[in-house]
Amino acid sequence: MYAVELKGITKRFGPVLANNNVDFSLKKGEIHALLGENGAGKTTLMRILYGLYSADEGQIFVAGQEAHIESPRDAIQAGIGMVTQHFTLVPTLTVAENLVLGYPTGFNLQPRQIEKQVADAAGRFGIEVRPSALVRHLSVGERQRVEILKSLFRNARVLILDEPTAVLVPQEVDVLFETLNRLRSDGMSIVFISHKLNEVMAICDRITVLRAGSLVGTVARAETSPHGLASMMVGHETFGVSREGQQAQGKILLEVEDLSALDKKGLPALKNISLRVHSGEILGIAGVSGNGQTELGQALSGMLRPAGGRIRVGEHDLTGASPDRYTAARVGRIPEDRHGGLIGELSVAENLALESLDPFTHSGMLDRKAILGNARRLIAEYQIKASPTDRTRTLSGGNMQKVLFARALSRNPQVIIASQPTRGLDVGATDYIRTKLLEQRDHGAGVLLISEDLDEVLALSDRIAVMYEGEVVGILPAEQATRSELGLLMSGAKRGTAASGSLPGKEAASHAA
Amino acid sequence: MLIFLVGLLAATLRVATPLIYGTMGELFCERAGILNLGIEGTMFFGSFVGFAVAYATGSLWLGLLAAIAAGVLAGLLMGLLTVSLGVNQHVSGLGLTLLLTGLSLFAFRLVFGTNRVQPSIPPFPQIAVFGSLPVLGPIFNQYLLTYAAIGLVPVVWWLIYRTSFGLKIRSAGENPEATDAAGVSVFRVRYLALGIGGGLMAAGGAFLSLAQLGSFIFGIINGRGWVCIALIIFANWIPLRVLLGALLFGGVQALQLRLQASGAKVPYELFLALPYLVTIAALALAGRNASAPAALLKPYRRE
Ligand SMILES: Nc1ncnc2c1ncn2[C@@H]1O[C@H](COP(=O)(O)OP(=O)(O)O)[C@@H](O)[C@H]1O
Ligand SMILES: [Mg+2]
Repeated sequence: MYAVELKGITKRFGPVLANNNVDFSLKKGEIHALLGENGAGKTTLMRILYGLYSADEGQIFVAGQEAHIESPRDAIQAGIGMVTQHFTLVPTLTVAENLVLGYPTGFNLQPRQIEKQVADAAGRFGIEVRPSALVRHLSVGERQRVEILKSLFRNARVLILDEPTAVLVPQEVDVLFETLNRLRSDGMSIVFISHKLNEVMAICDRITVLRAGSLVGTVARAETSPHGLASMMVGHETFGVSREGQQAQGKILLEVEDLSALDKKGLPALKNISLRVHSGEILGIAGVSGNGQTELGQALSGMLRPAGGRIRVGEHDLTGASPDRYTAARVGRIPEDRHGGLIGELSVAENLALESLDPFTHSGMLDRKAILGNARRLIAEYQIKASPTDRTRTLSGGNMQKVLFARALSRNPQVIIASQPTRGLDVGATDYIRTKLLEQRDHGAGVLLISEDLDEVLALSDRIAVMYEGEVVGILPAEQATRSELGLLMSGAKRGTAASGSLPGKEAASHAA
Repeated sequence: MLIFLVGLLAATLRVATPLIYGTMGELFCERAGILNLGIEGTMFFGSFVGFAVAYATGSLWLGLLAAIAAGVLAGLLMGLLTVSLGVNQHVSGLGLTLLLTGLSLFAFRLVFGTNRVQPSIPPFPQIAVFGSLPVLGPIFNQYLLTYAAIGLVPVVWWLIYRTSFGLKIRSAGENPEATDAAGVSVFRVRYLALGIGGGLMAAGGAFLSLAQLGSFIFGIINGRGWVCIALIIFANWIPLRVLLGALLFGGVQALQLRLQASGAKVPYELFLALPYLVTIAALALAGRNASAPAALLKPYRRE
């Protein structure tokens, strides 16, 4: 008998078929991976099991009995707990309050008493939390532990984790895996959603693969390999793109000195950042999300006014300059938020012309012919699946990203600021974008690659800078960068020591020499 | 001087009473994530229903109960619009105020006709808790509803911060997704909060018609609901500070009435404006680090 069984689950969001007749079964006491690319339908399937979505078709069985799960409350009663991708904790409440929320305690709540209750549960399950701390003061890893404990506290026997490692540094992942292994030996059944092959191979007993909403198959770990899983995931071989060979360092194209900036709330987001990007190199920026990468990308394209420091591109001092002066200095930017970088209601052709209207303007009038001609040329060159007159918002993520790339690269930039360029894209588009970035590097451009995908940073970068809490805590040449070394830097546990000779300050010195 | 101060304090408590009820009502709504701009209309409705029922039955208590019930209904109607239908909260609230104001006026005409003489009832008496205390007496000679308003403050604090119900309200207003995922029905919590809030607002309105005036006039609420909306921000959504804010506003209001009566050679409109100027100044100071419930104004939907 299975702990949970899903049969023939189908779910549509408007025209999107997110789950197409999917079967899934979870054995008692196993860790079962749900593997698939972004958009494959993993989250949807599990949100259905947890009652957050309702399926259009299909049945759910819990411990052999058909269950009608219409809300998370039903799921909790059936012994199912879920840690969603975006944590569902109330930041202004304490850990203990978050845990007892919706849990049948008495009407009267005494902080001391619930904190003790929570501390007891934490001890019992071996999960370290501070019951009286406010959730908004906790790190991401701590919040995740609170989420897991929240499910266990409600006597969950089935635990669903949606991409739990996406927000963790490698060392925190190890702690998580220890916890999961312990829970498994206690008889807990766990669904582990991921798109990372190595993790799935490290911890799971069985693996179910989804592709484009459909079930590809379920395999036991012992009977498969990362290779086999990859081809199940994408239908073909994957992620062939990576950097080759060492470039001789060219001249400095982008120089950032002591840059600091405030975020929207007026808190320091960037603290004394110093970086140099040379001609013919990719400088990767690694870090756990929310450590200042967004602000760095904005500051280096004129979208965020620095509070201090200098930014130079070639001979131009662009500190505090507006975005159009960056464009004029031949900085191409691939913004983090694709939808923010394009105007959805305008056509593809108009978006492609938007950043430099001068060549398409004659005495104040737009030259539609020239705009369309330009679009046709770029659409062919960058293999964008769209026609010039399509509304941009109707494009898929990958094609939107290609539009952004085409626009930035068509101006022959000397510096490229690429923020999360492949986030949410399918393999084909990812490979294409990565190839383009490497091509630009080989042609002598300087590329700043800001990415939360450590594999991407490792595959493409010549040098890797790590950001932690708004600071660059170390810069390593790619040959010296290992996952564990980067992980230590990303977690803030270590500052730049291994980066001897590559510390921001020292870097400047070595160049002066 | 002492007599002046005592009189001022006594009046402050009286003026603050409907504001405490109204703002506490708004606190429930907003803590659960709903901005209830229907407050002005709900208070008006409460004062009308309270008066009409008391007039018809001859029982002030029945009038008060009816007013509260009417307020609960008004709150639930707000819930229907904003929680179930997900209509914009500004529009729903203003619409509710217009609806309830119009409805009350219409019903008043219907029931009482257009008499020259204002219909009236003997209002709730004031109660001197310490008997005939010398000098300070007036301060402790208040309506029962005023004492109840002050007693309400710790009760609301306890409900919000020390009960599982309050925990659900706070979560629904901060992060409805999390609340839902924890197995709590956001809809239910928001409806309940709106019902309680509406009841309290209406009680504030009924205080004016049943205690302070003993009659129902068209200008009876006179913007007090909007003052409550400002007070809740001033109070940073904290019950104890609601009391503080209501007393501050009540104090300035009581003072300005006395200044007007003092016959100073200043246009009286200036005095009238004083409480609102103080409100704006207080808001400008307190509003800076105000932390509204994060999910305020956001309808919640599950796929
Ligand atoms: N709430 C929603 N509304 C509309 N479309 C959605 C919603 N949730 C998911 N989708 C779509 O369903 C598909 C599957 O998404 P999802 O289950 O999140 O994939 P995964 O978790 O595997 O990355 C995607 O095309 C996504 O855009
Ligand atoms: Mg997902």
